[in-house]
Amino acid sequence: MSSAAALSWFARHELRLAWREWLAMMTGGRRRRTFLVVTGLVIFAALMHLPAWAVIGRFADLRSPLDKTAAIPFTATIFLAWTLMLSQALESVTRVFYARADLDLIMSSPAKLDKVFSIRITAIALTVTGMALLLSTPFIDVLAFFGGARWFAAFGVVAAVGISAMACAVAITSVLFRVIGPARTRLIAQIIAAIIGAGFVIALQVAAIMSYGTLSRFAILTSDVAAAFAPDADSVLWWPARAALGDGTTLALLLATSITLLGAVMSIFAPRFADTAAGASAHAAAMRRRGRRNTAFRGGSRPQALRRKEFLLLLRDPWLMSQTLMQLLYLVPPALFLWRSFSDSSTAIVLITPVIVMAAGQLAGGLAWLTISGEDAADLVATAPLLPAQVTRAKIEVVLIAIGVVFAPLVAGIALVAPWQAAVTAAGVIIGAASATTIQLWFRVQAKRSQFRRRQTSSRLATLAEAFSSTGWAATAALTLAIPAAATISGLMTLALIAATFKLSPGRN
Amino acid sequence: MKTEPFALQLRGLTKRFDRLAVDALDLIVRTREFYALVGPNGAGKTTTLRMVAGLATPDAGAVQIFGIDALADPVAAKQVMAIVSDEPMIYDKLTPLEYLEFVAGLWGIEPKASQAAAHDLLISLGLEAHLNERCEGFSKGMRQKVALAGALVHEPRLIILDEPLTGLDAVSARHVKGLLSDRVRAGCTVIMTTHILEVAERMADRIGVIAAGRLVAEGTLSELRQQNGHKDTSLEELFIALVDVEAQAA
Repeated sequence: MSSAAALSWFARHELRLAWREWLAMMTGGRRRRTFLVVTGLVIFAALMHLPAWAVIGRFADLRSPLDKTAAIPFTATIFLAWTLMLSQALESVTRVFYARADLDLIMSSPAKLDKVFSIRITAIALTVTGMALLLSTPFIDVLAFFGGARWFAAFGVVAAVGISAMACAVAITSVLFRVIGPARTRLIAQIIAAIIGAGFVIALQVAAIMSYGTLSRFAILTSDVAAAFAPDADSVLWWPARAALGDGTTLALLLATSITLLGAVMSIFAPRFADTAAGASAHAAAMRRRGRRNTAFRGGSRPQALRRKEFLLLLRDPWLMSQTLMQLLYLVPPALFLWRSFSDSSTAIVLITPVIVMAAGQLAGGLAWLTISGEDAADLVATAPLLPAQVTRAKIEVVLIAIGVVFAPLVAGIALVAPWQAAVTAAGVIIGAASATTIQLWFRVQAKRSQFRRRQTSSRLATLAEAFSSTGWAATAALTLAIPAAATISGLMTLALIAATFKLSPGRN
Repeated sequence: MKTEPFALQLRGLTKRFDRLAVDALDLIVRTREFYALVGPNGAGKTTTLRMVAGLATPDAGAVQIFGIDALADPVAAKQVMAIVSDEPMIYDKLTPLEYLEFVAGLWGIEPKASQAAAHDLLISLGLEAHLNERCEGFSKGMRQKVALAGALVHEPRLIILDEPLTGLDAVSARHVKGLLSDRVRAGCTVIMTTHILEVAERMADRIGVIAAGRLVAEGTLSELRQQNGHKDTSLEELFIALVDVEAQAA
């Protein structure tokens, strides 16, 4: 087989793997479900046109040239999409170098490694861009339906954004690898991937709070100050917005720039891809991270030993570190808002409660999966002289204690300003965290902690129920403070949802 | 005079998955005995041991460990035994010492005693230089040794080992064999499955041959030879002959 033929064969192989991975993620690994999942996705995509219309339908008449107050939020929204794609691309690129699944086979083959890795990274770029195109379809359809076919150019913008995000992800990972080494690159890349999208929104919120005393991120984007600092209409900064509005020349330039950027990044870094993969491999083989120094063994009850182990593993979990950091970042705007509102009697402070309750529910769901399902030595724990109920209780206690440690200071801060609100927030945090933990308990599976990234594939229902439960309790907490009668309805609806989840859960048996 | 209970007594133990994995198995292992369970792949060895350890529930039958009904009182039964599988059950983010501290805590062992035992065990298994390194970078052999140390740190009376020598180099394998022989001499009972018949031949007091979920032969090596009319044959030849007969019968 010629070299070119071999590489095209490898490209097909990569795309087939990407397709099967996506299909497995959607079907939970059950092939019989494929038809059902595809039908469900088509229906879901059709239904998504309705919320898409509600969110952006009113912007369908936007036309070039945009004034700055319209161009800034539009460009910021595209930038937000770019950060989210960068986040996904970073995670995928890290996996190319660190996931050992087939690297040993590839690296021991006579194939040219720079080419092989370039193909693999291109396949990721296609996957990331393809997914973004799929997700943006309902929105672009709505805009095109109400505003004309010119909006279809937005698909090109999404593609350009995806390709440039991939280029940046490759550059960031490669530079990190050179600067801080293989040991820290994976962790730092994971943290950047986790916080980059949220970081942008939060930065806008912080700026809005500090400048205007509001949580609305659009306040800063539509302000005169932003308009005064924004460049002129012919600036490159507005290319994505102009291209999305149907300017063909700008779209062609944007696509050409993105492809050139990816090409340049690949040509600079591709010769080092093999070294990077080998470095990551050598790091995995030679990794000798120190633990606690020789200290005396600690006593206590058996559940105490279990709790201690869980806390130690949580503290050493890079995923958890990035997720907690993200949750804490989400809490920065409400905390700032709280500080700003300390001296006045603004009722807007009520907005903080649902944010905290939602964050607690989401974090508890992740923690619960890690402690309950993500048990690396399940057989060891199962053969220990403890009742299964004792094991489960100890693990639940770990989740609730961790949630308490993260959220108690914030609730205490609210208590200084509004004691009743603090009590409602505390109750919301406890109920939200307990509900998310209970759902994880009903849907428990035996898995390795390293499989956390794919935890949602084991049960889409659990993931959805966890998200709806957190949202439901967040809404209930907010309504308790604002419209108590409505809170009863919201609370009962959330309880009904959790009861329905139990009915459908394997844990019922 | 009160008779000593058997270390392990199985009566009519049965487990069915999509086919019969363990078929009404009766088995007795005496106290302070080194018992080797051998058989072809899929014979039911691992399923049997998992049911003994409480990791799988039998469809029928009884399991007694030192006279304790393991199905009625699993906590009491687990207190006196340990299991090591061929896939080491350890945590990547813990060091060997932290792992052993956790295991000792789970079995409720007094910290002072368990700390000394943990050090001795890890050093005797050649892990002295790695006591405070996280297990994430360990080779399979090192992980297997950590898991074995974890199984021994709480001084179990019954040690169940499923292919414990998988992934170990010759020196490590010798260390492990020595450690197990010492434990038997100290009064422990060891049940081990292995595909390395030479190990079973050299180390075991008695050997059980299992095929299609049933015990097809049992005894010392000489008893097995006598039972099958083969004088001076190796266990390997005996094993092949026994399994062949069983396969033809099936």
